[in-house]
Amino acid sequence: MEHLLIRGGLVIDPSQDLEDVLDVRIRGGRVAELGRDLDPGGAQVVDAAGLWVTPGLVDAHVHLRVPGETHKEDLASGGAAAAAGGFTTVVCMPNTRPPLDDVIRVEWLRWKAQEQSPVRVHVAAALSRGLEGTELTAFAELKAAGAVAVTDDGRPVADAGLMRRALVEAAAVDLPVLVHAEEPALSGGAMHEGAVSAAAGMPGIPAAAEAVMVARDLLLAEALGARVHILHVSARQTVDLIRWAKDRGIRVTAEVTPHHLLLTDEDVAASGFDGDWKMNPPLRSEDDRQALMEALADGTVDIIATDHAPHHRDDKDLPFPEAAFGVVGLETAVAVVLDAMVPGVLSPRRFVEALSTGPAQVLGLEAGSLRPGMPADVTLIDPNREWIIDPARFRSRSRNTPFAGRRVRGRVVRTLVGGRTVFCLEDGPAAPRAAERLARAAAAGRAGR
Amino acid sequence: MSLSLSMPAPAVMPAPGDAPPALRHLLGIRGLTRSQAEALLAEARSWKAARAGRLQALSRRPLAGRRIVTVFYEPSTRTMTSFHVAAAALGAEAVDLPVSRSSVQKGERLDDTLETLESLGADAVVLRHPQTGAAHYAARHLSIPVINGGDGTGEHPTQALTDALTILERRGRVAGLKVAILGDIRHSRVARSNALLLELLGAEVWLSGPAAALPPAGAFGGARVTLNRDEALEGADVVMALRVQRERQARGLLPPPGAYRSRWGLDARDLERCSPDVVLLHPGPVNRDVEVDGRLLEDPRCAVLQQVANGVAVRMAVLHTLLGQGGGRSWSTCSSAAGW
Repeated sequence: MEHLLIRGGLVIDPSQDLEDVLDVRIRGGRVAELGRDLDPGGAQVVDAAGLWVTPGLVDAHVHLRVPGETHKEDLASGGAAAAAGGFTTVVCMPNTRPPLDDVIRVEWLRWKAQEQSPVRVHVAAALSRGLEGTELTAFAELKAAGAVAVTDDGRPVADAGLMRRALVEAAAVDLPVLVHAEEPALSGGAMHEGAVSAAAGMPGIPAAAEAVMVARDLLLAEALGARVHILHVSARQTVDLIRWAKDRGIRVTAEVTPHHLLLTDEDVAASGFDGDWKMNPPLRSEDDRQALMEALADGTVDIIATDHAPHHRDDKDLPFPEAAFGVVGLETAVAVVLDAMVPGVLSPRRFVEALSTGPAQVLGLEAGSLRPGMPADVTLIDPNREWIIDPARFRSRSRNTPFAGRRVRGRVVRTLVGGRTVFCLEDGPAAPRAAERLARAAAAGRAGR
Repeated sequence: MSLSLSMPAPAVMPAPGDAPPALRHLLGIRGLTRSQAEALLAEARSWKAARAGRLQALSRRPLAGRRIVTVFYEPSTRTMTSFHVAAAALGAEAVDLPVSRSSVQKGERLDDTLETLESLGADAVVLRHPQTGAAHYAARHLSIPVINGGDGTGEHPTQALTDALTILERRGRVAGLKVAILGDIRHSRVARSNALLLELLGAEVWLSGPAAALPPAGAFGGARVTLNRDEALEGADVVMALRVQRERQARGLLPPPGAYRSRWGLDARDLERCSPDVVLLHPGPVNRDVEVDGRLLEDPRCAVLQQVANGVAVRMAVLHTLLGQGGGRSWSTCSSAAGW
């Protein structure tokens, strides 16, 4: 039986109210005990001095493109990207080709992921048949097949009546409904509607396109006593609505992405309207970004999720209005958030809560805790390690990130799933010269455009 | 004194003269400095004089052997033709890619089309495209100069330079003039480029139009935005009426033609609010009796045809600036490329 001792790291586990230098013993794929100066007793020892030892990170929102678009990502590459980013569990969205809207497809994907992905993959099933927004899928059967939520993510549920029925059905079987809020009659642009889009003549997506649908679904959830989770919150108006709803006792949780926390529409313009800065919802104003940071810090927004959305270069390298929406995020989330926000905006503990304990709770997963008996999903993070993000070294099949060339502090050095190491950062600097060149090019490009 | 004479040279040498930094592309007015804009206008004036006097500058055919390709994904009369005339006047060869009969119809991507043209030996590309940002995109993909001939609701820089030249000729200056731009401002690349350029040159720019067609304040540089057309017209030295896009009227985004004319259309009486020597501009093509009363087009204050004539001089200046004096790449180094 495998026996591992992670020694001398700073264990940060919000589920146990822990932030202390401790050893973690792992046996048989589960956490056996935590304690000071534990006796190795024949265990393989992992030296974690100077590192954070956290429950394995959980990404509640990724697109793995299986089935149908494996030129962008597949379960092996997406799983490897997750492992490299410190995520031991991911929840994949159903907007695949064909969509994950029936029992067979959900079971097939889970079975295939067990074979091919180094990390745990859960499925959020489609809320409507074919994601067409007209007919509900079979929630009870999907849950029995292993689905952990229902959503039409990628598209809004435009029909309020359908959303109402979905909330009733989902509440009956205790499945969270994940809301992609985007009023189609107000949407249709390429970037945030504001001063930057008006100055450039780019077609805009107003913040209200998100907020009006969030308002609708919060009111529906309140009336029905149902639960909603708001995906990728991007606007101050939305944050205000969620704060109001939580005060009223409406059962709502919400997530924010690293890119919305770090970037704004000004960055889109500074990139020269590069497709790698295009996603939906769009990067909004600095005021919106400030609201998102405050909301994440005070818990109005519960968790961080990446909305990892791999795209092929051919879908991105187009005039901005024609480029596909979405950016990858699994391999950069920890570093960019840690670098920009910890400890200034988030305490290390809140950081771990937002990326591990929180998402596990939102989706009811057996994860996000190092309590003895839990699966030994563990992430080791060096909070001080500096590096330069180089998409050429991504495990993901796609490279569409706005963070290329960014110099960051904080890096995942080891990821364990069920006690097995699925990622270990090789020692030594990672091709420093190529990375330096990239950083310079990124800096020059931003200055020059 | 002797001390100061023996001072070592400064570590950073000042830039020689006041020459504006060299332009590689003309993608928009945004990004252009005032000195670059003024240099282009000065050059346009001298090309216009040279053409009128058949001066030696032209007989030397300064762009002989150079090839310019126009690639227009949207229809055009003035812009494309004036680029062709301008190229010919400079001794360059201008070729149009007939988009409707090209591989674009087989689904060829914009970058592949443009890179093909570069490989065929084009020295510069003039691009008109329905997507905002298409010219910037093209510039990222090509090593030859790209000239924005109009991108979506983005910019139309050569039109703005043409209008600035017309104002200069009529009024002798741009700085200090009040300019009123009327119509669907928000969705007009002509309005955007003009507002940015005329403000850069020191004019006071006013924008007015239907509420849904106005940009938020601050979006078009420092231009003032008003729903009150008469406030914009009051004492204006220049009035520019924008073309009403009928497809936008059809979608209910602008008032229908009759209502538009009665509320926003310009007639002789409206010009009485303006300065007595007001200049009336319109980028064309005109919807007669919608945005402008047909009779005003024959009015001496109307400079529409002068605008068109100036379009050639401005495009000569742009082509010569980007391709002359070693700009772009020399045709002679690529003479083994496939013949055209």
